[in-house]
Amino acid sequence: MIFEILQYGFMQRALISGVAVAITCSAIGLFLVLRQQSLFADGLSHMAFGGIAIGLFTNLYPIWTALIVSILAALGITRLRESTKMPPDSAIAVLLSTGLAIGVILIGLAGGFTLDLYSFLFGSILLISIQDQETILLASAVILSILYFFYQKLIYVTFDEEQAKVSGINVSRLNYLFVILASISVIVSVRLVGVLLISSLIVIPNITAIMFGKGFKKTALISLSIAVLSVLLGVIISYIMNLAPGGTIVITSVTAYLVAMTTKYFKKKIVMWNGVARSSRTIR
Amino acid sequence: MQHQVSPIANIKDVTYSYNNSNPCYFVLNSISFSVNEGDLLGIIGPNGAGKSTLFRCMLGLIEDYSGYITLFDYDVRKYKNILQKVGYISQRRSIEENFPATVQEVVSLGIIGKRKWDSLSKYKEKINSAIEIVELTEYKNRRIGELSGGQQQRVLIAKSIVNDPMLLILDEPTTSVDQQTQDKFYALIEKLNHDKKISIIWASHDLNAVHKMANKVACINRNMFFHGDTSEFFENQELLKMYSESAMQAHMQSHLSSKG
Repeated sequence: MIFEILQYGFMQRALISGVAVAITCSAIGLFLVLRQQSLFADGLSHMAFGGIAIGLFTNLYPIWTALIVSILAALGITRLRESTKMPPDSAIAVLLSTGLAIGVILIGLAGGFTLDLYSFLFGSILLISIQDQETILLASAVILSILYFFYQKLIYVTFDEEQAKVSGINVSRLNYLFVILASISVIVSVRLVGVLLISSLIVIPNITAIMFGKGFKKTALISLSIAVLSVLLGVIISYIMNLAPGGTIVITSVTAYLVAMTTKYFKKKIVMWNGVARSSRTIR
Repeated sequence: MQHQVSPIANIKDVTYSYNNSNPCYFVLNSISFSVNEGDLLGIIGPNGAGKSTLFRCMLGLIEDYSGYITLFDYDVRKYKNILQKVGYISQRRSIEENFPATVQEVVSLGIIGKRKWDSLSKYKEKINSAIEIVELTEYKNRRIGELSGGQQQRVLIAKSIVNDPMLLILDEPTTSVDQQTQDKFYALIEKLNHDKKISIIWASHDLNAVHKMANKVACINRNMFFHGDTSEFFENQELLKMYSESAMQAHMQSHLSSKG
């Protein structure tokens, strides 16, 4: 069955692009989750929705308009946060509603949803073209290389911005670079899982990994594995059961999260029971 | 002829206000003192006296103050690289329990300012030795979030000393930790000052500890009250009375403002 699936070109492209996006999203997501900006990707993807609507409305390539709108919005919000000390969740709320508002107005002007807009909302991983795949692979390679290069500095800024500043890191510049990378990650992933589901690919593998990972590197690796497995299994399940792939990818990662949480809960209980049993034996 | 040693930190007429030019609102008003090599300077002053603001000025985090601050003869505002010779620990803050970095990974962050392109593995021995100094070797592979407040502070000390600083700035590092942890912390500060020859500027509310350990004292309450030898300060009843009155006043003010 698996070999049969792999024979199709569209499935190969879906799986290869899916794995690239899973790795990129989990890497970016770890920093977002630890900075308590889990919904930042959601804000960016809604901004991207506005950008896609602009592209479709003006007959420009929607990915490019989405990319430009998201990057500009992310930089603007970061600047606003720096100068006004706006709380991160408020900044995300601004992004989210602005993007959606632009999208809704343009949809109204265009006379309703088009098929293209629908596919951007919920993703269309099985419709990835060779050109799309090349763009996704190139963007992922660039994002991961830059992340690798600034990895230690990003950890420091995530751990303590003030201390990072004192140690000579240009925190402001690094934050701008990071939001640009996050914007690009969201845009290249939107084609696969859609505007509405993208933040789950960024957040869920990471909150699962954080439960178990001892050390930053190990946590990143666990998160990456969960993200890749979710995409592979999600795509295969969607093909076998004829379901929407964006949904099956997210449900697979949510299942991994629930299994991890349950395991952790029972592990804790067992440790507690063993402790109680030991102490009662000592009392006797 | 006596050899003149230039101070490693020189603070001269530093005045700063967050948003008002009225002298009544000055957080720091004409603060001046210096720190020589090997000094352990205790900075004392009530809550809201401007100690943290002063440190933020010294570390280049605040730049729009008047007066000047030099570290190792360099103006921090112009030569940020000089901060590589400085270790800094801010007031105790809680570290997220879920933060996945291990003790070893957190301590390695202290190396970042120093290294350019070389691999972190080159510094493994240095990192382990810093962890050993703060007596946390057995915890080095544990997540920092899993440690107690006092242990976390010791990890942050290790992070600050791993880069071989010549000056350590500690901003009330023992606030809200128990007595036993405080004692361990004080012993560590003494060890770093005596054995590792690191000059230390240490803000604290614990007058007894400052009296016992510091060789110099600077007493500030937005204005400069005193700067000189520790014995001179603690033997001067007039100064002690002034300090306790200002501390009491600050306590009352913060109590009233918290009541709205």
